[in-house]
This record gives sequence, structure tokens and C-alpha cells, in this order.
Amino acid sequence: MAADKVDPIHQFQIHPIIPLHIGGYDVSFTNSALFMVVTIVVASAFLYMSTASRALIPGRLQSVSEMAYEFVGNMLRDAAGKQGMQFFPLVFSLFMFVLVANLIGLFPYFFTVTSHIIVTFTLAALVIGTVIVYGFAKHGFGFLKLFVPHGVPGYLLPLVVAIEVVSFVSRPVSLSVRLFANMLAGHITLKVFSGFVVSLSALGAVGIAGSVLPLAMAVALSALEMLVAFLQAYVFAVLTCMYLNDALHPSH
Amino acid sequence: MFVTSAFAQESAPATAEGNTHAGTTVPAEEHETFPPFNAATFPSQILWLVITFALFYLFLKRVVMPRIGDIIDVRNDRITQDLDHAARLKGEADAAVAAYEQELAEAKARANAIGQQASEAAKADAESTRKKLEAELEKKLGEAEASIASIKAKAMKEVGTIAEDTTSAIVEALVGGKTDKAEISAAVKSATR
Repeated sequence: MAADKVDPIHQFQIHPIIPLHIGGYDVSFTNSALFMVVTIVVASAFLYMSTASRALIPGRLQSVSEMAYEFVGNMLRDAAGKQGMQFFPLVFSLFMFVLVANLIGLFPYFFTVTSHIIVTFTLAALVIGTVIVYGFAKHGFGFLKLFVPHGVPGYLLPLVVAIEVVSFVSRPVSLSVRLFANMLAGHITLKVFSGFVVSLSALGAVGIAGSVLPLAMAVALSALEMLVAFLQAYVFAVLTCMYLNDALHPSH
Repeated sequence: MFVTSAFAQESAPATAEGNTHAGTTVPAEEHETFPPFNAATFPSQILWLVITFALFYLFLKRVVMPRIGDIIDVRNDRITQDLDHAARLKGEADAAVAAYEQELAEAKARANAIGQQASEAAKADAESTRKKLEAELEKKLGEAEASIASIKAKAMKEVGTIAEDTTSAIVEALVGGKTDKAEISAAVKSATR
């Protein structure tokens, strides 16, 4: 199946492993579901086992877990204040889930959970849903002050409110599309350059010499994708913190 | 779900390039061929994501985060404790230094007082000795002066008699005869005055 290696879309295909239908919906356990399970198992196992010794002076792995914990904790505290810490488990799980899913996706032949818009959109909907539910539960209709910035002259208000509403509605979209598009584009480019290596080396000696260039490119892109995997998890978590801040303090 | 294999192999890289740019905005035509926009897979993905993420969330919230929080708290407590301990030891050291310095100052003050006393006593002693000596000298001086005065008075008296004797001798030699003693004495007295 040499041709499949060159097909950059193939890696995103979903195929059922255990077919399952409930109420007319196809809810089969697919390769996507498998890698979701792999993601949470790897992330949980790492966090659980690295901290098992509860060492006062942490080892390397425990340091990594603690760093991730404090990194997300500080991020949330800076963005949403002390009150925001009640969402710490949510933000930490989101960060770890996205980060580990992105990193696992970098392994060849592995499926990237976050390269599917529906996955990232579901996570974004969870964030915005939390913001809306908590915002209304805590502030009642005062939460709608979010759309009415202070100090705006009355005649500008309809326009500003319209803009604020549009920006709020587009948040889940931008949050999910950013992550999805980054992972998708990164994996396609990686696959395309790797495909060049394969098809060029099939052309004989000149091709093998020529394939050095796309190979170098694929190596560089792999490094870049590592960065992107972390960066997108970070961006997702930071934006989550900022949206949660809106739920806590709607009047800005 | 892909198109015929030969066509797919040839066109896939080309269409994929287009997909990365156009795919997000115009998915309608590629709906069947582009897996992320294949709505048939949505229910399964949402369900399994909800299940796995919920489990992950619960595990982190119940097990992992309390544990890491605990580790960090224990460490912070330990650091505060150690800092407190260090501060207490430093306080003790400072107190010891202060006590030592106070004792030193006291000893210095005592030494000064003793020195002062000694020098004052010596001074007083010297003064009294000097006064005694001075008084003695004064007395001796007074005695000496008195004896000088008496000697002088005696001498002066004798000078008068010598002058009278000499005068009478001179007068006898010059004039001859007897001279009146009282007359000569009055004359000498008026001359020596």
C-alpha cells in the first residue's frame, strides 16, 4: 500500500473497531475512540505514576507533573483570579487531554484525536457551556452585562452590543477551529513531505539524492509540530481561562 | 468511502493541498471524502469523547490533583517550617551577640569607674600631701620671718647704742669733757629718723 502513504487524508479516516448502534445512531468504538482511551490512559498513568512516591524533592517525572499542575494553576489564577480556581480541574483536564492527544498524534500510524473538528468543537462547547451555565447561575441576568461594556456612549451601544454578541458566539468556533486546523494542517504537511521522500526515492539514484530535501523538511516539521502540539494545548487552556474569567466577572 | 483507487492515488496529494486551505470553508463538495467533515462519525466521536473525557476529568479531580496539590503543600509547609527554624536560630544568635555586647559594655563601664576612682583617690591624696607640706612651709616661713624681724629689731636697737657710743666718743675727742648721755641719745634719734 505504497500509495496510501502518499495519501495525506488517509490518516484522518475513521473506521469502526467494535461496531455499535444505539437508537439509530452509529456509536461504534472506532480508532478515534481507541485513541481517546489511549490519550486518557497515557495521561492518567503518567500523572499517577510519576507522583506515586510523593517525594519531597521531586524526580524528573514528578517535576514534569508538578510543572504542568503549577503551570495551569498559575495560568488560571492570573486570568481569572482566586475565584477561578474552582475550575482548576476542568482547565487542567482540558490542557492535559489536548496536549497528550496532540503529542500521541505525532507518532507514525497513530490517530490524532484533535484533528477532527467535532472533537475540538465538543471540547469548546464544554468550555462555553460552562461559562454560560455558571455565568447565569452566579449572576442571573447580570451575566448579560458581559455584552454591555462600561463607558460606551448610548448611541454607540446597539453597535457595540451587536459586536460583543457576535464575538461571544464566535468563541466556540474560533476555539475549536484553531486547534483542529492546526493539527490537521500540520499532519497533512508532514504526510505530504514524507510522501515526497517515498515517491522520489522510487525514481532511482537521482531521486534518492533529491529526497534528502523533503526528508530534512519532514524532520524540521516534526520538531515544529512538537511545538505546535504544546502551543495549541496552551492556547486552548489560556482562552478557556479567559472565557471563565468572563463568567466570574461579567462586567468589564 | 474513497473514490476509485487509481483516481484517488493520482489526485489525492493535489486535492489535499486544496483541502487544507479550502476544506474548512467549502466542505460541501468534499463531504464524502474528507473524514473530519463526515457527519456520520459525529455521534460516535461525541459519545466516546464525553465518556473518556468525563472519566479523565473525574480521575484528575479525585486522585491526581489532590495528590499533586498535597505534595506541593507539604513541600511549602516544610520550606516555611525550615525558614521559621532558621529565623528562630538567627534570633537566638542575635540575642547571644546582644548579651555579649551588653556584658562587654558593662565591663568597660566598670573598668572606667575603677580607673576614675583610683585616679581621683590618687589626686586627693596628692592634694592633701601638698596642702600639708604647704602649711608646714608656711609655718616655717612665718617662724623664719619672725626671727628675722626680731633679729633686725635687736640689731637696730644695737645700732642706736653703737651710734650713741660712737657719737659720745667723737664728741669727747673733739670737744673734750663729759658728754650728756641723754642729749646724745636724742640727737642720734633725730638724725637717724
